[in-house]
Amino acid sequence: MTDRNPLTDPARLRSSFTDFLRADRPDLLPTMGAGTDEDVHATTILALRYTDGVLMAGDRRATAGMSIAMSDIEKVFPTDSHSAVAISGTPGPAIEIVRLFQTELEYYEKVEGETLSLAGKANHLGRLIRGNFPAALQGLIVVPLFGGYDLRAGVGRIYSYDVTGGAYVEADYYATGSGGVHAKNTLKRLWDDGLDRAAAMRMAIESLTDAAEEDAATAGPDIVHGVYPTVFSITAEGVHEVPDAEVETVSRAVLDDRTARAARRGTV
Amino acid sequence: MPTPFMYASPEQVMRDRADYARKGIARGRAIVALEYTDGILFLAENPSSTLHKVSEIYDRIAFAGVGKYDEYERLRILGIRQADLKGYAYAREDVTARALANLYSQVLGEMFTNAFKPFEVEILVAEVGNAGEESQLYRVMFDGVMTDEEGFVALGGQEEGLASFLEGRYEATPDLNAAVKLGIEALRSVGNAVLPPEQVEAAVLDRTMTRRKFRRLATAQLSAALA
Repeated sequence: MTDRNPLTDPARLRSSFTDFLRADRPDLLPTMGAGTDEDVHATTILALRYTDGVLMAGDRRATAGMSIAMSDIEKVFPTDSHSAVAISGTPGPAIEIVRLFQTELEYYEKVEGETLSLAGKANHLGRLIRGNFPAALQGLIVVPLFGGYDLRAGVGRIYSYDVTGGAYVEADYYATGSGGVHAKNTLKRLWDDGLDRAAAMRMAIESLTDAAEEDAATAGPDIVHGVYPTVFSITAEGVHEVPDAEVETVSRAVLDDRTARAARRGTV
Repeated sequence: MPTPFMYASPEQVMRDRADYARKGIARGRAIVALEYTDGILFLAENPSSTLHKVSEIYDRIAFAGVGKYDEYERLRILGIRQADLKGYAYAREDVTARALANLYSQVLGEMFTNAFKPFEVEILVAEVGNAGEESQLYRVMFDGVMTDEEGFVALGGQEEGLASFLEGRYEATPDLNAAVKLGIEALRSVGNAVLPPEQVEAAVLDRTMTRRKFRRLATAQLSAALA
């Protein structure tokens, strides 16, 4: 296959960048060998729908065994003009998968002259996660969360994944990672129809803070060092990172309320 | 009956191939690219609004092709693939128009000498520089000959007419509206004298944009510039 003319081989004129890598440069595909418990892990990541679209957030901690490996890692990445991915699991392969996914979406858009549908993007991400399954069996798990604004339907959507790459549409909210179950409980209790952006922001930070209080591998807002959760909004206008100042304001409000509550109960 | 052996000198063969390619290219409509204050403007006479002659390759790099559609389309996809491959394997800033133009030059040179028939295309690879940096315009001919242009460049059948029209009129560096006006006047001077804006494909590499600098211009924008 590789010895055929790159200009005439129909297999190389397809619009999938991953197919091209598989045929021509398999050495560049993200594949890993066995992992150990000492590998770096993350995370709590979450996504919730609100009136304008989707909000995606992630904490900033990565752990290796009993140590904190990084306290300012980013886990949410814009993948094109109207979608973003959050990652949980082993950051190395996860970030490599995100880079391949970003390249794939842009490649398709440039070759075809139009973007993939949101479902098409979500399914493709599932394929990439499935490709990581042998590594996942060895402990190098990557589980993403995908959010996007479906311009054709005019709604924001959230997709969750399992380790085998299965993609599932989530109606309203989802959280995953080591602290995901705690964040999801908070979202379950607070989420309602018709959330505006401010309410959604507050809910995202409340959920991450709850997860940080229960899960050792998740960090809450770090006022001491000024490291706050990463938050992206995805609306009809596109993907935008919520500025640090805004995340800080919301984080301080959430923490102040908790301090006040503890003070009322006489524990501080 | 066996075919009689016919001798043709290499010079003759190359001349015939070049004539063949030139004839094919001359049938196509021309493209003109002009540097303007914020980047590079591309204008092409193109009755189709979906089959493009000008397109995005990478963040600050665009491609324009004249001649046979399927051939420049193959070259376009090859370029996107190589650019995305390089950016994925190394880093985005490592993708350059010069490297891409070199690749095209080699591929077209190879096709010209060895393929059953040469490609009937002429292409332009353009890279917009940051403010204060130079932009780059590389033209690659059907036989792989590559040239580095400055200010403006014309490709395709009527390129000589276009170039001589622009020669006396282009002054560095016009704003976008002035560049659109001059470019469309140039296209009109060599073909349809009343070429309507709907039949002009227009795009820019705009250095004021964030990462991806390529954007298409709407017909309304062209009409406004002409008014």
